Amino acid sequence: MRLLVFAAGLLTALVSQAEVAYVSNEKSDTLTLIDVDKLEVIDTLEVGMRPRGIIFSQDYKYLYICASESDAVQVMDLATHKVIHNLPSGEDPEQFALHPNNRHLYIANEDSAVVTVVDTVDRTVIAQIDVGIEPEGMAVSPDGKWVINTSETTNMLHWIDASTHELVDNTLVDQRPRHVEFSKSGDKVWASAEIGGTVDVIDTVSRELIKKITFKIPGVHRDKIQPVGIKLTNNGKYAFVALGPANHVAVIDASSYEVLDYLLVGRRVWQLAFAKEQSLLFTTNGVSGDVSVIDVEDLKVIKTIKAGRYPWGVVVKP
Amino acid sequence: MDYKFYTCLTWFSQHVRGLFVFVAGSVLLPAVANAKALNIDVIYVQQSSNQAAQPLLLKKTPDNLTIAGAELAIKDSNTTGRFLKHEYALLGVTGATSEEIITALKQRLNGQPAILLTDLPTTTLKVVADLALANGSVVINAGEADNSLRVSECRGGMLHTLASRAMLTDAMAQFFMARRWREWFVISGESDADKAFAESISRSAKRFGAKITGQKTWSFNTDLRRSAQREVPLFTQGDDYDVVLVADESDLFGNYIPNNTWLPRPVAGTHGLIPTTWHWALEQWGATQLQNRFYEQFGREMLDKDYAAWLAVRSISEAVTRTQTNNPKALYSYLMSNDFELAAFKGRKLSFRPWNGQLRQPIPLVHPKGLTSLSPQEGYLHPSTDLDTLGFDKPESRCDMAY
Repeated sequence: MRLLVFAAGLLTALVSQAEVAYVSNEKSDTLTLIDVDKLEVIDTLEVGMRPRGIIFSQDYKYLYICASESDAVQVMDLATHKVIHNLPSGEDPEQFALHPNNRHLYIANEDSAVVTVVDTVDRTVIAQIDVGIEPEGMAVSPDGKWVINTSETTNMLHWIDASTHELVDNTLVDQRPRHVEFSKSGDKVWASAEIGGTVDVIDTVSRELIKKITFKIPGVHRDKIQPVGIKLTNNGKYAFVALGPANHVAVIDASSYEVLDYLLVGRRVWQLAFAKEQSLLFTTNGVSGDVSVIDVEDLKVIKTIKAGRYPWGVVVKP
Repeated sequence: MDYKFYTCLTWFSQHVRGLFVFVAGSVLLPAVANAKALNIDVIYVQQSSNQAAQPLLLKKTPDNLTIAGAELAIKDSNTTGRFLKHEYALLGVTGATSEEIITALKQRLNGQPAILLTDLPTTTLKVVADLALANGSVVINAGEADNSLRVSECRGGMLHTLASRAMLTDAMAQFFMARRWREWFVISGESDADKAFAESISRSAKRFGAKITGQKTWSFNTDLRRSAQREVPLFTQGDDYDVVLVADESDLFGNYIPNNTWLPRPVAGTHGLIPTTWHWALEQWGATQLQNRFYEQFGREMLDKDYAAWLAVRSISEAVTRTQTNNPKALYSYLMSNDFELAAFKGRKLSFRPWNGQLRQPIPLVHPKGLTSLSPQEGYLHPSTDLDTLGFDKPESRCDMAY
């Protein structure tokens, strides 16, 4: 059996390199790279100031980095791990989303109440869309029709038509919406409200609220339960929600919306990313400066890995 | 709103069927498109003589203290309002005396209910509130920390976004107890405000089990700028203490106390380590964004009363957004309900205490360039929320907030 596992491991190693998790460290201006097989840090890369949102291009050739205090989106070549150029990002980029066309990047500019649309090939700004105060969460629907931005102080989801770049609708949610995530088919949108302490599930077509999910952890005051990052499994089974200073990740049945469990992770858990075909979930823990690894099948935290100062975002390269 | 929308479409569908199909099929209908436009006017009432005297030669109180926060919040609210067809405006009423203010306010109100935001001393605030509340207004106090307004002089319809002195001294007391600084030496000035702050310190000492080992009134009327090092050590001789508390709201002597005490002890209160509603060095919980917006617009740091005014307008705007009304009484009842919650860059949601209209909020303890701690401190428990361990809890308040 052991031999078999070894052989399988060897085969995997021969066929492709191990998956790597990239973690942005907000206060040390670095990325921590973690080998997903060994669950060990393999490298630390210097990037721009206050790196927060990070995403890959769809071909995994590039990593886009919101370097908030450098007022830039940096483009890192993943073959060399060098920042090759900056994109015009607008002021204070915090989060962004890449259109399925692999070309248009939608950037939330927190300080200037706009969403900037950047063409990553021409490196030009193709549109700026006025949204509410402190734009934050960004998502593009899988079919590429909708772009959703959340504004933290206006407390809305702003629905932007991706073909016209016009803002066409707004959905009022609870206080300080942080993050939006489309379901795999795009029929639903999950939105977290950090200070409201809730997650709204919204129907994409009618833009009506389907369910407001609330949380309760024994021994943790309700005000400290502050949902931020959300990830949904492709099989439609689970939604995972990072609960910020409550130091737990909520596990939600994605069809009944029932909260199944709360997993204790590091302090101020912020963003999430799946690895190994969604069998693992990585969480960034800002205050404790580490990353927790959750086994998705067993719903157990299996490892904590030290990262830089204030880990913020995480993405995994297969 | 939805009903109207429905009937409109129904009418179309019954009478112009083809058109209905066209409309529904090709045009995205924003949910708020048929919301009625609302104008929300906030009347800012200020007593011009309420500006603090300027005893420090080189540190001036900004002319636009308080109102700057309201202006920023109006701008913030209009950004949100744009999506809902809500338009906010700030109107002003000022005067040197309460008589002048009342005359100007009567003209402005013209018998109609209104939304008032005030930066007034207690005596003026009471007459202004009585006038405005008589015709169904809502009054939000962003400039007066007086404890009596939260205990016995409350009024149904009147809310407070500035922390009371009791909240400030309780926040400080909790921190001292967490640090085990149980013995306090208190120095108070002679003004009513100083006495009120000192009384609040005594109340907090009793509440959290500290001991006041020495209490002195500062009655020097000399300029100590060049002799503080000689005078203050002598003045602060006494039984041992862990910390020196200063009650000098008008900056007459407090700046001479730190580092000049007989025993080498920290100084806190109105000087040294200061409990406050807001401070420019707060950068956690997204506060950087608010601080940046404020600095960009006014070219100076955001002070406690600016923040209190920002909170007041943002509370109104949040209530308008959720209730779709500009009726002051309806807004008041929403603000006082369990449904109201406000995100305000302090790491948790804020709400109003139904027994006295005070906005519950964490209190930062700051030194001139940074944050030392944030109260409530861990371990101070309360049956409903630990925020109510700061200031006057329900049993301590004798107010009738019905309106």
